[in-house]
Amino acid sequence: MSAQSLEHLSGGSAKNSRTLLRVVILGFIAAAAVASRLFSVIRFESIIHEFDPWFNYRATKYLVANGFYKFWDWFDDRTWHPLGRVTGGTLYPGLMVTSGVIYHALRALALPIDIRNICVLLAPAFSGLTAIATYLLTNEMTTSPSAGLLAAAFMGIAPGYISRSVAGSYDNEAIAIFLLVFTFYLWVKALKLGSMLYGGLCALFYGYMVASWGGYAFITCMLPLHSLVLVCMGRYSTRLYVSYTTWYALGTLASMQIPFVGFLPIKTSEHMPALGMFGFLQLLAFIDYVRGAVSGRQFQTFLYTIVAAGFGVGLGGVVFLTYMGYIAPWGGRFYSLWDTGYAKIHIPIIASVSEHQPTAWPAFFFDLNMLIWLFPAGVYLCFQELRDEHVFIIIYALLGSYFAGVMVRLMLTLTPVVCVTAAIACSQILDTYLQRESPNAADFENQETDGADAAAATAKKAAKSGGLRATRSPYVGIYSLLTKGLVVGSMCVYLLLFVYHCTWVTSNAYSSPSVVLASRMPDGSQHIIDDYREAYQWLRQNTHEDAKIMSWWDYGYQIGGMADRPTLVDNNTWNNTHIATVGKAMASREEVSYPIMRQHEVEYVLVVFGGLLGYSGDDINKFLWMVRIAEGIWPDEVQERSFFTARGEYRVDHEATDAMKNSLMYKMSYYNYSSLFPAGKAADRVRQARLPDVGPTLDSMEEAFTSENWIIRIYKVKDLDNLGRDHGSAAAFDRGQKKKKPTKKRARRVLRLE
Amino acid sequence: MAPKRIAREGTPTAATAPAVASTPSKITVKPSSGAQSWDQVIMSVYNYYQSQTPQRTKLIDVFMAFLVLAGGVQFLYCILGGNYPFNSFLSGFGATVGQFVLTASLRIQTTEANKADFPSVSQERAFADYVVCSLILHFFCINFIN
Repeated sequence: MSAQSLEHLSGGSAKNSRTLLRVVILGFIAAAAVASRLFSVIRFESIIHEFDPWFNYRATKYLVANGFYKFWDWFDDRTWHPLGRVTGGTLYPGLMVTSGVIYHALRALALPIDIRNICVLLAPAFSGLTAIATYLLTNEMTTSPSAGLLAAAFMGIAPGYISRSVAGSYDNEAIAIFLLVFTFYLWVKALKLGSMLYGGLCALFYGYMVASWGGYAFITCMLPLHSLVLVCMGRYSTRLYVSYTTWYALGTLASMQIPFVGFLPIKTSEHMPALGMFGFLQLLAFIDYVRGAVSGRQFQTFLYTIVAAGFGVGLGGVVFLTYMGYIAPWGGRFYSLWDTGYAKIHIPIIASVSEHQPTAWPAFFFDLNMLIWLFPAGVYLCFQELRDEHVFIIIYALLGSYFAGVMVRLMLTLTPVVCVTAAIACSQILDTYLQRESPNAADFENQETDGADAAAATAKKAAKSGGLRATRSPYVGIYSLLTKGLVVGSMCVYLLLFVYHCTWVTSNAYSSPSVVLASRMPDGSQHIIDDYREAYQWLRQNTHEDAKIMSWWDYGYQIGGMADRPTLVDNNTWNNTHIATVGKAMASREEVSYPIMRQHEVEYVLVVFGGLLGYSGDDINKFLWMVRIAEGIWPDEVQERSFFTARGEYRVDHEATDAMKNSLMYKMSYYNYSSLFPAGKAADRVRQARLPDVGPTLDSMEEAFTSENWIIRIYKVKDLDNLGRDHGSAAAFDRGQKKKKPTKKRARRVLRLE
Repeated sequence: MAPKRIAREGTPTAATAPAVASTPSKITVKPSSGAQSWDQVIMSVYNYYQSQTPQRTKLIDVFMAFLVLAGGVQFLYCILGGNYPFNSFLSGFGATVGQFVLTASLRIQTTEANKADFPSVSQERAFADYVVCSLILHFFCINFIN
């Protein structure tokens, strides 16, 4: 065996072992990503958290039970009671179909797993895939061998992403972030290679993304923006044409296949940048062709006329079409990202969601820890090299950080780019201090003497011969072992701290199922407050199948999912007036709300009350939003002002205003509450208020169920009075509140008409 | 006749953007001192096209011209006859636009002069990509046309 073949062998095996190492590391990262999301399943149980996922879960169950075609045209008559909901046309089916496919695939492999477990564990599984997609994306950005793995590790455990993808949070974001990152990877790849195939794949995954999450608009605006910036930088290439037009032509058609999206890609303003860029690229391709054909002078006139005219006419056309109403203007949710005060004034229902508030500074550090200060460094490194794909990362970083600053929820879309850039910065440091070989002493001396500053060199030499021993050695700066060790060591410490931070945040902040409230007993043992499921179970077992439940929209999905009863409104807030109707019923006097409830065939009303336990997310704290939303529709019947005291305070104790005390919500929340306490001691632990001894009376409804800790209270709406009296006088009669001296005067009557 | 055809070939489909549709008219209308140079531009483009384009590429160009024609006719019909089954119009029109840009991409990738831009895409690879993307496109169009 010759030496050469031996060398070849060893080189090959080194490469192989490196590949093996990569695969093993990626496997570990994926495993860590899955494992760090399982806190809530291990601590509590394998259930769906939050509110939205309950609908997704219910829809998935429907899909699994009834097949795809029925799911596609599912008319759900158990939500939005009088109206119903065309579910097939108003949801993003990607999530449900994905878990349905997994369910059937596992059954085909003879692993029959409950659909609930698939739904609970879908997000962790996809987070492993997200880590791998981040690895691929980062490897497109840099040649450093470690950057991709670092990015994958960051993405696997960064709390900014974990917050929306713990086990049990069966939400659209669970698969959407994977699709987002993977679509971006395919786009960068397509742009680099100029390959139609990658463009087509990018379009396919874009279609999948459209099928799963409303945030696909982010991709639709990112890619044309990237292309536009490239064109403005004079980096137009035929590769750009091939990849962009392939993506746009296929991707737009793919996105239109989803019933919820339908014709939106050609009719709304969010999609206009993509269309405009498509047209502009055609123009550019034509110009590019002509440039090869004509001489420079001729080309100048040609270029200016065509580009100016084309761009101007295109922009004017879009503005004109929008102005004429052919193209819908920005949607409210999207528009409120630009005009941050818009939602609060015009659409209270958008502003009422806590996730739609601006982000505070600590949240960035809390969710991203050290990545947040490596992030700008990574962007800076992208600037230094500035290939086409680096421009992409820079734009993504700018847009992503703006959106994350405007809305807490969009921290999610920022996290991937933070991980990628932080990994680039981190690997740059590590590569510099780990791989830089010490130069030969001879080379070093040569360099020194070659340098223009010969005087400095001689000075140094003089110092070398007579100075300190440390300076005599040429291996100073980053070549010495001490420096390397220090820098790499501190970097390792930061990385370890990052892991600790992530685990701590995940364990403490993001792993609590909101269905079950956990508290600690004085001895440190855990006490579980399970009132939600208690009440929903009561509804499921003790009411008839079609009893309509009225509650505030927050609980609509949970009632539909856990209690399996029809609701009036739910978390899909597509009909603002209907929600305002419920708000009005809650905020009005009994005499006003009883007819409303009769008209909507309401049989039970459910309120959440945290006064006994100090559970702050209850309906009295949400009450002002109900009032505001109702006031938007009926300004002269419900006024927010009348719920404040004369001094402008929102109070529930004896100083509460009449409108507050007589509102249905107040009465339902505090009904019989003071009987729990000795006289004069009734207190509300959330509002820190002492309540009056005599609680409110309810005439038109009766208490049906109150959970153990009084968190959920369910009332049954009374039937009409048998004798035709109104409920107020009937109840007064029953209580025996008749006047002592019956008046002799004849009551004023009206003429009987029939 | 010929120069007009070429001008159309180079331009994208008439309806991708209103901007593009107006380019030919700009060429003819321009009255100022540029008129002379515009003639030259068109002539030199025409000569360049005739002399430099291989037969195969010309075949692709004919197909693209046909696609522009088909798309134009559909668009005209949509304007004249109304757009009632809007999805049908969109899928028909989208098919022509999509096929046009895919063919343009194929033309770009198979042109000798662009070889440096696509080091990893051989002629055969370009054609295979073209076939795959066209299949995807037609699947979506047929699905969308109902």
